[in-house]
Amino acid sequence: MNLTLRVWRQKNRNDAGRFVTYEAPGISPDMSFLEMLDIVNERLIEKGEEPIAFDHDCREGICGMCGLVINGVAHGQRRATTTCQLHMRSFSDGNTIVIEPWRATAFPIIKDLVVDRSAFDRIVSAGGFISAPTGSAVDGNAILVPKDDAEMAMDAAACIGCAACVAACPNASAMLFVSAKVSHLGHLPQGQPERYDRVQKMIAQMDAEGFGACTNIGECEAACPKEIKLLNIGRMNRDFIRASTAAKG
Amino acid sequence: MELKSKCPTGPIEQQWQKHKAEMKLVNPANKRKYHIIIVGSGLAGGSAAATLGELGYNVSCFCYQDSARRAHSIAAQGGINASKNYQNDGDSTYRLFYDTVKGGDFRARESNVYRLAEVSTNIIDQCVAQGVPFAREYGGTLSNRSFGGAQVSRTFYARGQTGQQLLLGAYQALQRQVGLGQVKMYPRSEMIDLVVVDGRARGIITRDMVTGKIESHVGDAVILATGGYGNVFYLSTNAKGCNATAIWRAYRKGAGFANPCYTQIHPTCIPVSGDHQSKLTLMSESLRNDGRIWVPKKKGDTRKPDQIPEDERDYYLERKYPSYGNLAPRDISSRAAKQACDDGRGVGPGGLGVYLDFADSIKRLGKKVIEERYGNLFEMYERITDEDPYKVPMRIYPAIHYTMGGLWVDYNLMSTIPGLHVLGEANFSDHGANRLGASALMQGLADGYFVIPYTIADYLAQLKGPKIDTSHAEFKKAEAEANERIKRLLSIKGKRTVDSFHKQLGKVMWDKCGMARTDAGLREALALIPQIREEFWKNVTVLGSGDELNQSLEKAGRVADFLELGELLCRDALERDESCGGHFREEHQTEDGEALRNDEKFCHAAVWEFQGDGKPPKRNVEPLEFEFVHLQQRSYK
Ligand SMILES: Cc1cc2nc3c(=O)[nH]c(=O)nc-3n(C[C@H](O)[C@H](O)[C@H](O)COP(=O)(O)OP(=O)(O)OC[C@H]3O[C@@H](n4cnc5c(N)ncnc54)[C@H](O)[C@@H]3O)c2cc1C
Ligand code: FES
Repeated sequence: MNLTLRVWRQKNRNDAGRFVTYEAPGISPDMSFLEMLDIVNERLIEKGEEPIAFDHDCREGICGMCGLVINGVAHGQRRATTTCQLHMRSFSDGNTIVIEPWRATAFPIIKDLVVDRSAFDRIVSAGGFISAPTGSAVDGNAILVPKDDAEMAMDAAACIGCAACVAACPNASAMLFVSAKVSHLGHLPQGQPERYDRVQKMIAQMDAEGFGACTNIGECEAACPKEIKLLNIGRMNRDFIRASTAAKG
Repeated sequence: MELKSKCPTGPIEQQWQKHKAEMKLVNPANKRKYHIIIVGSGLAGGSAAATLGELGYNVSCFCYQDSARRAHSIAAQGGINASKNYQNDGDSTYRLFYDTVKGGDFRARESNVYRLAEVSTNIIDQCVAQGVPFAREYGGTLSNRSFGGAQVSRTFYARGQTGQQLLLGAYQALQRQVGLGQVKMYPRSEMIDLVVVDGRARGIITRDMVTGKIESHVGDAVILATGGYGNVFYLSTNAKGCNATAIWRAYRKGAGFANPCYTQIHPTCIPVSGDHQSKLTLMSESLRNDGRIWVPKKKGDTRKPDQIPEDERDYYLERKYPSYGNLAPRDISSRAAKQACDDGRGVGPGGLGVYLDFADSIKRLGKKVIEERYGNLFEMYERITDEDPYKVPMRIYPAIHYTMGGLWVDYNLMSTIPGLHVLGEANFSDHGANRLGASALMQGLADGYFVIPYTIADYLAQLKGPKIDTSHAEFKKAEAEANERIKRLLSIKGKRTVDSFHKQLGKVMWDKCGMARTDAGLREALALIPQIREEFWKNVTVLGSGDELNQSLEKAGRVADFLELGELLCRDALERDESCGGHFREEHQTEDGEALRNDEKFCHAAVWEFQGDGKPPKRNVEPLEFEFVHLQQRSYK
């Protein structure tokens, strides 16, 4: 296939950035999207032009490192797919593909398509855990977890922290990410002691990082490569209200 | 080089307890006075950082990704072993120990392996307490599945995302310590050198991958938990960024490198689709619980799989290894697949593939059960190949997956450089010449949660001498060298890309030092690799500058190190003139093509010592003694 790419290039955080057009001839449909970019980069380097910087690591949809807005859609059109798992057979000969970084106030651009997502780590540090110091645990089977609860916890825990939800949301809200962690831990008996404290702390940090509010648009769920459900947000809101009313006494 | 294993003596079941009782402690109030540097935030580094932080040490933790949560442990799929015997099927610490020693083809240290089996049960408890959503039975108890090389069901799992869930548990514990100020996290930071002062590891040099700044970090002890070096083969199941730089720099500073030729080839990966291929994707071994492996009996059979009748199929693992069948260990299954393909019976493009077929299981259990067990893996397969494995059998082929070799460590996980500890896949400790499935996650977490917290205290408590800081001459020297190397890479301005060299090296490694190795082939590789390296330093091109995010420069540094490590790997493979586990020398095989060990000459770990550039490294040996498991020819028939 022969493709045309319009790629966001930005030298560093302070540069204004702009779209640059590249021709990408001879792309095989069996390539992954990132392999296509590898080829484009190899050709750029051979011409003495600096390659396009983009984040990636595992290339199998689990580390959450990759993330591009492709033709206006976070991780591209294909449902439940990370950028690294997208294959060129989803495109056709002659297509023009527009490639941009995640855009959100809380995620400053570092270079080209690479952004700073450290806000997510700070939200987890604020409360996204169960305090269980090493050595303090009881026997694994001493805590029985009904199968359905374990499955629901796992559904939420599948989040890879890629931040497509934020990139897709017109408000750049991080509610889906935060609620996935709140739900994962809240569905388990081990997560109960810190349940209300956790939700308050995580939300406070989320607000401090400059993420927007949720207005129930649902773009996050549509973009999520791991199909994390919106109902987690409802669950988090309930816990948050309960926590706030309890705190007021 | 002195190789004192420091293994305790006496009955094996009492060794670790005894050792713990004899080790020195650091008093709680003193812990905060010690600064520990940890490179790596995977299962090994993440669990160590969290635990040492909880204990009150001052910890700095580094990773090259943008978050600790993205270490490559995240990609582990199938599960983690523990000898809980929850299934009442006859498991025990001894059996897990025995299976691991045998699985490793009698090339691991008994004391280490026993300890690993012993703490395996604590790991599960710890992870459950953190909220890891392991699979459960209807009654609420933990579920298990089977993995290769074992006849008991001892593998705990969280769908096909076990590594992710275990890592998130460790990551959350780590971020909690970050929040409390006990651990300082340095993401997007790459360690590019080790600093040794007066014979002790005292710090590291890093490059801030965003600003390009070269920085010194000083500590009382250094822990490397930087993962495996499988990417020396270019194509592997590792993440693109996985590298050997940290351990290679340590080797150059005096740390012994043990058994570099012990590499694991995983039998079930998605076959290569073309020259553009940038990495290989694993299909978890757990699939072999329900999938049956076969090839057509006839050579060059091009019929579609559903057109090939049952009696014209060769379920070769079931045929050759009736008692383990499709769950034969990895090295054996990989070689059997290669033999079938070499024999002209491979399937798919180029004949480099075998079928992994779920039709029988779907018939027996229903699609829903299979989906519940492996849904995400089937989806992953479908995305890559555009074929639906519920309908058509998967096509799989072996690929480089794991490296058993690594920096030599003693029973305390300390390398030959005092103060330098090595955990997880980066060390050589527990798996001998072949690792059993679901044992790497176990080892990483054993090292980080339950071993290093004790053994590092023993080291720190005996540490004497003045505190130093980064103004010390050794730090300045290492910084200058790091800057010099970067300047050199940027100034070559040759004609070839970094990736083209990496691919070239990878091809030599795979062809000459992959699934089957020969004396002649290894000698060829040993002639070729220095040539590639020489051309690299003359003709590579790295654009951009050193003081910004520069992914070509990052890659160039890593590939430069792989170009040295590749040579050592081949040299080790040549010197180890026997077959064992994943190291298969064609000259040494039994009549039916199994690995033939030579215990008289090679019942030892080979530990390489750097002698300076351009000089051949020195091969030292640590003899292995088998007191509790008898040396025998491995059989899975
Ligand atoms: C696809 C796949 C599936 C697997 N499935 C299983 C399984 O089911 N069961 C099982 O037991 N094992 C499995 N394994 C093996 C297992 O996942 C690994 O061996 C294990 O997770 C390694 O953990 P680690 O902590 O040693 O290293 P890693 O998780 O690789 O972590 C390395 C860390 O070091 C950092 N690092 C590396 N180099 C540098 C540097 N120069 N500077 C700074 N930081 C650096 C990285 O950023 C990272 O944080 C699998 C492996 C793969 C690839
Ligand atoms: S690169 Fe890891 S999820 Fe895409």
